[in-house]
Amino acid sequence: MGMQSIGRPTSPFPAGVSDAETVSGSKGLLQNEGLIFEIGCPNKTGVDLPAPEGKKNRLGGVARKQGSGLPGLSEPEAVRHYMRLSQKNYAIDLGLFPLGSCTMKHNPRLNEKTARMPGFADIHPLQPQRTVQGALELIDELATWLKTLTGMPAVAMSPKAGAHGELCGMLAIRQALIARGEAETRKRVLVPASAHGTNPATAIQCGFIVDEIKADARGRVDMDDLKSKLETTDDVAGIMLTNPNTCGLFETDIKEIAELIHAAGGYFYCDGANFNAIQGRVRPGDLGVDAMHINLHKTFSTPHGGGGPGSGPTVLSDALAPFAPVPFVVNDDDGFRLIEETDGAASQAFGRMVAFHGQMGMFVRALTYMLSHGADGLKQVAEDAVLNANYIQARLKHVMTPAFDGYCMHEALFSDAFTAEGIETIDIAKAMLDEGYHPMTMYFPLVVHGAMLIEPTETESKQELDRFCDSLLSIAERAAAGDETLKGAPYLAPMKRLDETQAARKPVLKWTAPDPDALAAE
Amino acid sequence: MTTYFTEDHEWIAVDGDVGTIGITKYAAEQLGDVVFVEVPEAGASFGKGDDMAVVESVKAASDVYAPVSGDVTDGNGDLADAPETVNEDPEGKGWFCKLKLSDKGELDGLMDAAAYKTFCDGL
Repeated sequence: MGMQSIGRPTSPFPAGVSDAETVSGSKGLLQNEGLIFEIGCPNKTGVDLPAPEGKKNRLGGVARKQGSGLPGLSEPEAVRHYMRLSQKNYAIDLGLFPLGSCTMKHNPRLNEKTARMPGFADIHPLQPQRTVQGALELIDELATWLKTLTGMPAVAMSPKAGAHGELCGMLAIRQALIARGEAETRKRVLVPASAHGTNPATAIQCGFIVDEIKADARGRVDMDDLKSKLETTDDVAGIMLTNPNTCGLFETDIKEIAELIHAAGGYFYCDGANFNAIQGRVRPGDLGVDAMHINLHKTFSTPHGGGGPGSGPTVLSDALAPFAPVPFVVNDDDGFRLIEETDGAASQAFGRMVAFHGQMGMFVRALTYMLSHGADGLKQVAEDAVLNANYIQARLKHVMTPAFDGYCMHEALFSDAFTAEGIETIDIAKAMLDEGYHPMTMYFPLVVHGAMLIEPTETESKQELDRFCDSLLSIAERAAAGDETLKGAPYLAPMKRLDETQAARKPVLKWTAPDPDALAAE
Repeated sequence: MTTYFTEDHEWIAVDGDVGTIGITKYAAEQLGDVVFVEVPEAGASFGKGDDMAVVESVKAASDVYAPVSGDVTDGNGDLADAPETVNEDPEGKGWFCKLKLSDKGELDGLMDAAAYKTFCDGL
């Protein structure tokens, strides 16, 4: 045989792995990367053009006397900088994103394909309406799906996020009170202790005052507290309630709550952030809801969390429908057309919330999702989302402490009662980074001590849920045993434990150039 | 000078008809590292139970309620630049404001130090 001499051993050596810091700061192929200002040089450039000859200075005395201070990088340096940053990103396309209350489900690629069709992607909001009949029909069809799924007679399509939808609903309630002549006398909005923070913020933004309702031992609205508030006050404008609530529980008294609020002369705003858990199973309209926003970027799979934008159409009951904001689409003998002015058909509208017609790109994606699932598929989405959350709860509860007894809806909530003295929720969250997972929602809802809120959504497989549970269980066992090394996690992330307190107390929000004198002295 | 406590973990140390208000050691420990404090300015007036200040930690933002009614005579402006004082000395240098009491009778509904300790032990 011809002996070749360039072979090398390819099996790993049994010992000698070092976890020492590297000279470059990189960890394996995870590159360490500075700020673009730190790696740039003032005189470097990606495009090297000769200085123009014979150019007249037309700027007079306003020409810049010093450099702009922008970082100078060659093209490959600039490309690498942003590629390296992008590799530090965590996204739903990389792994499970268990943020409770956020419904971080997979964004189907089919949605992207339809949203890029020229008839939807290349139109202009000021185009003549007869040239965009298909787009208007799509908005109308999506509106019909949303009304059908919620059992509500009207929907405002224009709000551009969940909180924007809340604002739409509460402005409609305020407008209805103005029409009744009771805007000045009904100022009180009841909000449960476990509410999303945006609920009380929205009420205050609309000029209401917020009155907090307690939670009972089952994690639901304390009916005695609600009744006593309604009996002792006569200025209730409405209630803002999430169902399922932020403890991941169905508000079982919701119909009675609606009846009590209506009997007291108020309106029922339902936060629709958690609609993914009930779509196809329960219609909010049947529960007595007057207004509810729907997060297309949660329930209906449009991109979410940096990849947005969000979209928050708001369904309205008969009582609030006349006050819906413009614009909205109507379909009559002339085809589809937009009602844009607050007169005629929209004479009672509270106004307008956005310049144009809402998030058209998200409308296309959401309707694509609905049509590809069908009504039966959407019902199964809710069922699978609830099943997945209960699977997680069942797998973790022998180590971690469920905040409340019984089955959960679409998210599993744990308290920190199982951790040893000195180990906190944040230590568990940070250790999840070492395991390669984005942590769960932590310290929310506020009614549960050291809350850990996990929402897997229906798009995770059993295998992925098992991998996640294996990781979290191992950390939870260490937390229960008082493993102090958790206090230093993460160890494998690009940055170790950051001083969040210092960052909040003394934030450094802007890069400042090093002092040239100090540099020269080095 | 007598110090009273509320179930919402405020303390008020009363000297004559002026009370100094802050949050208790228990509250400061539960909040974790305090990163921002907003205290009322002199001249503001509050009814018992009104939101009078905001304290924000790395975990959450919380309202601080007026333990009794009255008019603010002084706010602790030092907390704006040194919120950590609330963790270091919650019942001393970490005071929030001074209040001229409008109804000293309202103090009757508050707890003394022993009762507050029992209350916290039960939480």
